[in-house]
Amino acid sequence: MEELIYTKTKTIQPGKSSGFCPGCMHDTIIKLIGEVLEELDIADKAVSCSGVGCCGLFMDYINYDYVQCAHGRASAVATGIKRGNPDSIVYAYQGDGDFASIGLAESIHAANRGENITVIFVNNGIYGMTGGQMAPTTLVGMKATTAPKGRNPEEHGYPMHVCEMLDTLTAPVYLERVSCNTPANVIKTKKAIKKAFQNQVEGKGYSLVEIVTSCPTNWGLSALDSLDFLEQKMLPEFPLGVIRDR
Amino acid sequence: MERVLMKGCEAISEAAVRAGCRFFAGYPITPQNEIPEYMARRLPEVGGQFVQSESEVAAINMVYGNASSGVRAMTSSSSCGISLKSEGVSYCAMARIPMVYVNVSRGGPGVGTIQPAQQDYHQATKASGNGGFRMRVFAPATVQEAVDMTYKAFEYADKDRNPVLILADGVIGSVLEPVVLPPQKTEEEVAAIKAGKDEWAAIGHELGSRAWINPGGWDNLLYESVNKAADDMYKAWAEEAEYELFMVEDAEVILTGYGISARIARSAVKALREEGIKAGLVRAKTVFPFPYKAYDAINYDICKGILDVEMSIPAQFVDDVKVAVNGRCPISCYGRSAGIMLSKFDMMDAAKAMLK
Amino acid sequence: METNICIAGFGGQGVMTIGKFLAQAVTDSTDLQTVFFPTYGAEQRGGTANCFVVISDEEIGTPKSDLMDDMIILNNPSLNKFIDSLKPGGNLFINETIVTDEIKRTDINVIKVPGTQLALDLGNTKVLNVIMLGAYIGYTEVFPVDVMWSTIEHKLGKKVELLPLNKEAFEKGLEYGRKNK
Repeated sequence: MEELIYTKTKTIQPGKSSGFCPGCMHDTIIKLIGEVLEELDIADKAVSCSGVGCCGLFMDYINYDYVQCAHGRASAVATGIKRGNPDSIVYAYQGDGDFASIGLAESIHAANRGENITVIFVNNGIYGMTGGQMAPTTLVGMKATTAPKGRNPEEHGYPMHVCEMLDTLTAPVYLERVSCNTPANVIKTKKAIKKAFQNQVEGKGYSLVEIVTSCPTNWGLSALDSLDFLEQKMLPEFPLGVIRDR
Repeated sequence: MERVLMKGCEAISEAAVRAGCRFFAGYPITPQNEIPEYMARRLPEVGGQFVQSESEVAAINMVYGNASSGVRAMTSSSSCGISLKSEGVSYCAMARIPMVYVNVSRGGPGVGTIQPAQQDYHQATKASGNGGFRMRVFAPATVQEAVDMTYKAFEYADKDRNPVLILADGVIGSVLEPVVLPPQKTEEEVAAIKAGKDEWAAIGHELGSRAWINPGGWDNLLYESVNKAADDMYKAWAEEAEYELFMVEDAEVILTGYGISARIARSAVKALREEGIKAGLVRAKTVFPFPYKAYDAINYDICKGILDVEMSIPAQFVDDVKVAVNGRCPISCYGRSAGIMLSKFDMMDAAKAMLK
Repeated sequence: METNICIAGFGGQGVMTIGKFLAQAVTDSTDLQTVFFPTYGAEQRGGTANCFVVISDEEIGTPKSDLMDDMIILNNPSLNKFIDSLKPGGNLFINETIVTDEIKRTDINVIKVPGTQLALDLGNTKVLNVIMLGAYIGYTEVFPVDVMWSTIEHKLGKKVELLPLNKEAFEKGLEYGRKNK
């Protein structure tokens, strides 16, 4: 007798597939978010706000409400949506360039106001869509098209640590850094995402999950090699774990 | 009708609340601070929300988000702050999100001066952001007009699903005048307005019937069709341009302008008439759509000149006047800028010079 | 008939209040039109303050005329800054206690009110503006005296304890205004 033990989330449009590069973790995360929305039975209340860059590439294939935001402004837009309709479940989905560079003011102030929203911050240390430029989270020595000799601290400073920075604020209720580099970490990522949404359902306030990911295309590595790079280089700089849980 | 004495900025705010505005985000900048201050007091009284945003950029994006959820939302700023809103306004225009914003304009370019000016005309009417979108732009000349236009702006924004701009200036923002306020929309009416947008608003929908607030993406043909539909709408507005004609019929010299300048011109026209000079006034009440037709009311057989009056150097409004007049009459300009008010007497002298 | 009024002095002398009270009285108790136009420096405190009030029986054009009919001047710098914009035959109300510069123009009516001194005599310099307002109304009767007083009364609203002092100040001003006619 056959038993259905796994099925694709209904939050993805039937017959659509993602446009992400092989080895990219965005589609894993979008899938995890979708599964969480279904498990918490909030998919029909969900509104996603995406930033600009690869983080906006899911617009064409998710099956729930979607607002395309200007580069960096997703946390401000999410603020407006949530306040307009407090019953909806609003999340901002932002990459490192979007959240931590161009949108840093909007990002930090939404956190500081303690907006009752969920932020999924995807950190792969590089600009993806525009072609491998240096991000605020680019590692020291890591090459980028706009830092051809690699990130040089004397010239470029050091990688930014978003969770630790937000941890200096009083309002946020939940900050955790996870990764999707191993099956075990994918499961942890899902748990973190679920908690971040559960907090919003319970009206607790601002939750952010930082997900350390790879960019095989712009790192110039194969999908498998990029997993090694993530493990050996990214995670020491961006250690995983719960930074705050109230 | 009961008159109340109100400051322009506060009257604009109250009109917005009465029109059903329930969200305001803004950032301090002179001379429009009384709008956010008023909203911070007033909106909570009607179950609305006020956010002092971290920047004008954040404010317009909060309004974009809030209006995307179906609420009547507004922001305001002044000149250099309005520039910062360009990106968000452009997003609203492309995604067809209705919202109202107010420019209580000051001197420029740059940080300019904090005193009243009209140096944002081209920005307001031609390019308030990237991409060539258009908006209805209202230019009040009195506090009463500012009230009536703000109230109406929310109706137009919803009808068109497009941003609407109130192009005021520091004088209209800071003067106190008696006004008759429009009726306050009931909570039921406000709720019904929001509910009327449920189908497209980002409030959460059953899986498969999602709302998509979409200011652009990958599908060229789709977005060209959005551009075309918007263009059709912009063109249809032409018939709805608003203007005032004052003593135009027999005028030998016409003064023309908008907002506070046109109001001063009205004084000049009266004073010229008292001196036996046949002067008239053409005042634009909407600066987009521009009231080209208004200039057809001028009798070009007897009119010897048109004097453009505006608080802007270089003059900007005059560019549209030239198109409207189309060579039928000489045009000259009298303007001041950087926060200096126009003088009725200087205006009269400039008008007289055109008759020589 | 249109009256253009300029009120000017130091920040803190109640310049804006004089203008606002005039516009408020017109709005509340008459069918006339009015505009109150404040101008400020960038300073939050101190500096100079001036405002313009127009009262008219028809639609008002410019909120700040080139020529003023009446002028209420509370300090010397304002006198020098604005006196040339008073039209011939216009009324100049000065706070005589501190406006001591020579007035060279002879084509205007000068109404001298020892405003600051009277306020000191009453024990509170803050009523300077109500004294000047009283003098202005008493002299010009731009609208009835009781209209002005009921507006002051209404605006002071919650501060009932201040009413007797302000009433006295207003009457003092009125007296000076009427006496100078």
